[in-house]
Amino acid sequence: MSLHDCRKAFSETLVALAEADPRIVAVANDSIGSSNLKEFKKRFPERMVNVGIAEQNMVGVGAGLANGGLIPFVCGASCFLTGRALEQVKVDCGYSRSNVKLCGMSSGVAYGELGPTHHSIEDLAWTRAIANLTVVVPADPAETSSALRAAAAYEGPVFLRLSRMPVPDIHPADYRFEFGRAPWLRRGSDVTLIANGTMVARALEAAALLEADGIKAAVVNMSSVRPLDREAILEAAVAGPILTVEEHTVVGGLGGAVAEVVVQSHPARMRLLGFPGEFAPTGSPEFLFEHFGLNPEGIRRAAAQLVEESARVAHETHPVR
Amino acid sequence: MPPDSVPTDAAAESVSAAKMARRIRRSALQMVHAARLGHPGGDLSAADILAALYTAVLRIDPRNPRMPDRDRFILSKGHCSAALYSTLAEAGYFPREWLREYMKPLSLLNGHPDRNKVAGVEANTGPLGHGLPIGAGAAKAAKITGASWRTFVLTGDGELQEGSNWEAAMAAAQFGLDNLTVIVDRNRLQQGDETERTVGLEPLAERWRAFGWAAREVDGHDLEVLIRTLRAVPFEPGKPSCVIARTHKGRGVSFMEDRVEWHHRVPTAEELSQALKELGGGDE
Repeated sequence: MSLHDCRKAFSETLVALAEADPRIVAVANDSIGSSNLKEFKKRFPERMVNVGIAEQNMVGVGAGLANGGLIPFVCGASCFLTGRALEQVKVDCGYSRSNVKLCGMSSGVAYGELGPTHHSIEDLAWTRAIANLTVVVPADPAETSSALRAAAAYEGPVFLRLSRMPVPDIHPADYRFEFGRAPWLRRGSDVTLIANGTMVARALEAAALLEADGIKAAVVNMSSVRPLDREAILEAAVAGPILTVEEHTVVGGLGGAVAEVVVQSHPARMRLLGFPGEFAPTGSPEFLFEHFGLNPEGIRRAAAQLVEESARVAHETHPVR
Repeated sequence: MPPDSVPTDAAAESVSAAKMARRIRRSALQMVHAARLGHPGGDLSAADILAALYTAVLRIDPRNPRMPDRDRFILSKGHCSAALYSTLAEAGYFPREWLREYMKPLSLLNGHPDRNKVAGVEANTGPLGHGLPIGAGAAKAAKITGASWRTFVLTGDGELQEGSNWEAAMAAAQFGLDNLTVIVDRNRLQQGDETERTVGLEPLAERWRAFGWAAREVDGHDLEVLIRTLRAVPFEPGKPSCVIARTHKGRGVSFMEDRVEWHHRVPTAEELSQALKELGGGDE
């Protein structure tokens, strides 16, 4: 199984978009290398706006470029883009409904050993609380590319939470991402795994392991965090227990978003898998995934426990006589 | 000023600008009094700057507020919304009657301006230090597309304590944005005290120059000087322009002038009546 860095799809698609539309510009905080914008800069030097190491200004400049009729893709490490410039994201983008595309690079714990200052495991909680802001976490190169095109075609602010972690191809090359639509990647009647970003491939691997245990797990790719696919969530809730899996804190992220829908529509047993509300210790991304049970084995364990727990509770509530 | 019109004499225009400034002051105080909320001190210090811009400087068409080639004006000190709304009504963006709805429930005229609700508003401001980065982005957009429209940003002076302004100042100089002008409403007072007794800004013009801007200091209540100065931008080719407008908070009303408490004090009925008498022009 070959693995890919989605930044390649990101930069190739951005160059293709810019070729077709002169309004496309890139904005960076001295992150041209880490945001993979070198080719963009080479091809469209006049449309590469590097504001230096200044995230608040970067997001404000993005809103101004949009005011001037351009379509800015504002790129920076997600931890700084969202954390440092959160008020600009809220006011200049969300509240103003500016046509700005915020691209949070290297989100989650991609920076591993560099530590919690560089981890971006709060960004979904922050951004999905902001009205008007569309929030997307693509899972593979095809979805990264398609989500980027969808963001460019849509008039309004979008936060694309991107990763540098290697992932396999999950979707076919002609896959079309749609806001508010979550594809079912696998069907199964015992438990639904709802994941996004780097965790989708891991959830699929876990589902294969669970099958060997005799547990039928469905997998949904909830890449569109805002708007959510409420129908898919409801379908999962009606079917049985739900395990959410995200490279994010369990406070206010994907799991929180899904739970908000579940408890207000069709309460189902849930378990939220992610970083458990603490700053991560030192370690590589892979070490941290294993440490916090975000590897296929950890997901399998959590899902199996959840299925067992639901069966036990169902039995206690409605004992077979 | 409608697009393509020939600029006339600044002295003559300053007469109509003065009348507009007086109407802005009267209306802003009436709005703040009626709403029981607002920032009258800053409304009054900015009134002449706004009147100069909207009578004699900006290339805009209030009947076509989103005209792509319009000049952009961004009020970074968004708390002075009463002055801005009064100016926009004077300029013809919406009827003056709307001003009576200032901050009432469900009013389009929120305490801080919303570009999606009010024609003529370019940016949603309120938190300080947002206007200049947005202005720098707009000016950069005009440079990228080769458009001739200009961007003007009005900031407060206390607001310059926000670091984001200086991030934008550095970038604007680096990008050579000579189509960008910042006007600092230098009334020397912030919410709690004088700027220089809080976190000092002086030497302010020298600071802008050190950041790569061409800066001039003017009397921010002399309309003829304001008009001439704002028409003279860019002061230097290749550099963004800074106008430090020396103003007085509460200008035009004796008991408000240079008094820190009028940052956000609301005038009583008697105070309003006295203020309107001092401002004059009620029979216009």
